[in-house]
Amino acid sequence: MKFDTPATTNPIDQLKVVGKGYTRIDGPMKTTGTAPYAYERHDVVDNPAYGYVLGSAIAKGKITSMDLDAAKGAPGVIIIVTADNAGKLGKGKLNTAHLLGGPAIEHYHQAVALVVAQTFEQARSAAALIRVSYQEDQGTYDLAAAKNIAPVAKDEPDAKSATSVGDFAGAFAAAPVKLDATYTTPDHSHSMMEPFASMAAWTGNKVTIWTSNQLIHSSTEDVAATLNLPNDNVRLISPFIGGGFGGKLFIRSDVILAALGARAAGQPVKVTLQRPLIPNNTTHRASTIQRIRIGALADGHITAIGHEGWSGNLPEGRPETAVMQTRLLYAGANRMTATRLATLDLPEGNAMRAPGEAPGLMALEIAMDEIADKLGMDPVQFRILNDTQVDPEKPSRPYSRRALVECLKMGADKFGWAKRGAPGKTVDGRWLVGMGMAAGFRNSMVKKSGAKVYLDGKGDITVETDMTDIGTGTYTILAQTAAEMMGVGLHQVVVRLGDSTYPVSPGSGGQFGASNSTSGVYAACLKLREAVAQKLGFKSDDTMFADGRVTSGSRSAALADAAGEVGLQAEDAIEYGDLDKKYQESTFAGHFVEAAVNSYTGEIRVRRMLAVCAAGRILNPKTARSQVIGAMTMGVGAALMEELAVDTRRGFFVNHDLAGYEVPVHADIPHQDVIFLDETDPIANPMKAKGVGELGLCGVAAAVANAVYNATGVRVRDYPITLDKYLTRLPAVA
Amino acid sequence: MTKHDIEVTRRGVLATGAATAAVLAVQAAYAQPIVPLASLPSAKVSLVVNGHNEDLTLDTRTTLLDALREHLHLTGTKKGCDHGQCGACTVMVNGRRINSCLTLAVMHQGDKVTTIEGLGTPEQLHPMQAAFIKHDGYQCGYCTPGQICSAVAVLAEIKADIPSHVTGDLLPHASFSADEVRERMSGNICRCGAYSNILDAITEVSGETA
Repeated sequence: MKFDTPATTNPIDQLKVVGKGYTRIDGPMKTTGTAPYAYERHDVVDNPAYGYVLGSAIAKGKITSMDLDAAKGAPGVIIIVTADNAGKLGKGKLNTAHLLGGPAIEHYHQAVALVVAQTFEQARSAAALIRVSYQEDQGTYDLAAAKNIAPVAKDEPDAKSATSVGDFAGAFAAAPVKLDATYTTPDHSHSMMEPFASMAAWTGNKVTIWTSNQLIHSSTEDVAATLNLPNDNVRLISPFIGGGFGGKLFIRSDVILAALGARAAGQPVKVTLQRPLIPNNTTHRASTIQRIRIGALADGHITAIGHEGWSGNLPEGRPETAVMQTRLLYAGANRMTATRLATLDLPEGNAMRAPGEAPGLMALEIAMDEIADKLGMDPVQFRILNDTQVDPEKPSRPYSRRALVECLKMGADKFGWAKRGAPGKTVDGRWLVGMGMAAGFRNSMVKKSGAKVYLDGKGDITVETDMTDIGTGTYTILAQTAAEMMGVGLHQVVVRLGDSTYPVSPGSGGQFGASNSTSGVYAACLKLREAVAQKLGFKSDDTMFADGRVTSGSRSAALADAAGEVGLQAEDAIEYGDLDKKYQESTFAGHFVEAAVNSYTGEIRVRRMLAVCAAGRILNPKTARSQVIGAMTMGVGAALMEELAVDTRRGFFVNHDLAGYEVPVHADIPHQDVIFLDETDPIANPMKAKGVGELGLCGVAAAVANAVYNATGVRVRDYPITLDKYLTRLPAVA
Repeated sequence: MTKHDIEVTRRGVLATGAATAAVLAVQAAYAQPIVPLASLPSAKVSLVVNGHNEDLTLDTRTTLLDALREHLHLTGTKKGCDHGQCGACTVMVNGRRINSCLTLAVMHQGDKVTTIEGLGTPEQLHPMQAAFIKHDGYQCGYCTPGQICSAVAVLAEIKADIPSHVTGDLLPHASFSADEVRERMSGNICRCGAYSNILDAITEVSGETA
């Protein structure tokens, strides 16, 4: 169905199933260890061989020789795949660097060999016997050093890299109150719990790969492109994904090496990327340098706002678009942004949860706190004063729904914001205590999404789509959608996901998964309803589906009876008109944090967190809340600990495992509260829903940073906020 | 003939077939003769896993984790890092939780191993599994079996009066508190960030209020 006019009343509005906080339908599998992830499919392939990946020991240059003899002769070794014997490989559309390096090396830990052996222990042992000689070239690894020669990036399809409205320079110069500050965010690692893993099995020239992947359709095409196969010869299966956060949007070397290894070995092969390879072998969120200039009148109205961002990537890589939210978030007649991109020879930078907005708001929302401080205004009031209900670059284009002010007001009220003291003035024993807040903002994207639905003779419904569940609750919300549409109980719906033979969805990313994939199921169910009505000889426009029955006027039948012995099926996709061009579709949050800083040691403890979110209809408040608290947790990580440390001489991330790359643990995270505003967005899609999974992250780190400032009076503009950056500046202990 | 000998035989046949297949891009010379596993350092070990006696002949380098996942096909126990950094592989050995990736299977002759599969099934959930579902104490599910095994063991540790880093006073009995649970659970990373919900689930099972 084409969605080109705002939704009116539809069957979802009954809210008998949708909008309820059901526990996950896949919960019993996940909690008992019976949900099958890619590396553990003993049920589909008996006794695969094991692959072990060898990563490059240099960041840039070439392999001059590889001595494989000892490894080839090691016990259990079946085959060794290298660029020498892999045959000609293409490259996926969504990949920047090649997934198998050699002789040219593009980044550190780029895969250079796969050892396939009978057992994991044999493969690992043999991989250690490979001797590789390199010729190392001089690379560029330091963003700060490359900043001054970084050109403006190429325009993204829907985002220009240099924007200007009004006279920013003149307005900023004339502003009575101004801020000109530079912030930095480091490289981040997704560090999802399930390592990248794939198992490949060939039948003739067709390959089936059980993998862990967020975007099945584009990844299937990218596997085909890399292996020079027709798309139809590649099947990806990914029903359970142990986290992705953007890292699994793309195929990585595990997928291609499993396929190459299996073809060479003549038997199924499974490969997992060893944890210490992951940060350098795969992608990461690129570090940024951001300069923000804000000019305001004495009454607090912003007159000029400018945001420039620098990041680096491999040749042909894309920038971290950290300035984008600044084009939309606050009012102000004179504006500019610029995105500059340096060429660096570090591993590939690419999407991580809320690419652009996550690091962008880490900087912008400190800047807003800083200028509010200069104005002597409350930072909540300052943001409310500068709210806009239209696209500030194009005032004729309104927001579909924008309830940021309501989020901020409710958040301030529920959090006890009025009790916030002046910086450095609230003391609790040995602790300096502060509150901070930030706005959260993330766009809502529309993407075509297909689904197939079946009705069987028991009156049960089966949904199939290549959509994925990366922990987001997709299984459950798709089942809720189908149950609502067909008038059956949630237990009567089976959902099958993550198979490239199913109808194409946009997959999980950019917080576009939930709204678009449920809308796709909605569209398919509308067709199935028509088929049911037709089968029963009912008029489709007045037919009601409820409690397992179909009713039209005085006639009524069991839904199961319509199915007959062979059942009924329908397939459709949601497609969109230009509503997202006429309206700006976005999601909003107010993030509030209380932090305590030990006045002696400087230790930071986050004490309380609250997010108030406006994201259209919340399809399942339990799973949506979980996404938001999880994102808030990641935001604490970004604020206080997460940083891939760059070795700027050798060009790699030094802390490349879960011991060195610190992420929040239980002891770091307090009780978290989430409030969803009760709203719908009929302009967005027939579900009237938007996403929350990235909104929950956007702004959190700045709220923590602002709380630390409020606690101590010390401003840190370089993330993460670690002791070395503020200990000597803490107030003297009385 | 052990189960493993059968595997080797079958793989040997397949690998030989591969070497002669003309469609391969890889040079046939790369394929090597298979060394029988019997000639490798291997050892027999007997474990009691979830109440079942399991007799295995293993490469001595096999971790307890890989013995469970790759040899016994008990894949509920997860490999997140293989280096003792994440806790996804947590199981209970003789009632105490350990990272099964940091210990070799052959070190556990006669030990009683409890994995997530031994706690409950989808049809018959352990109370901790049911509480994780009720409180949505997970998202992607990959760290979940380790979190649940750890949580069950944590409650037992507190009951057994074993102190932790945050136990303020060692003289009275150890007692349940939110901070005790957060501290004791901190070896189990959840990147999806379900910590707040996991604490709620553990608190419910403990019968205490955090």
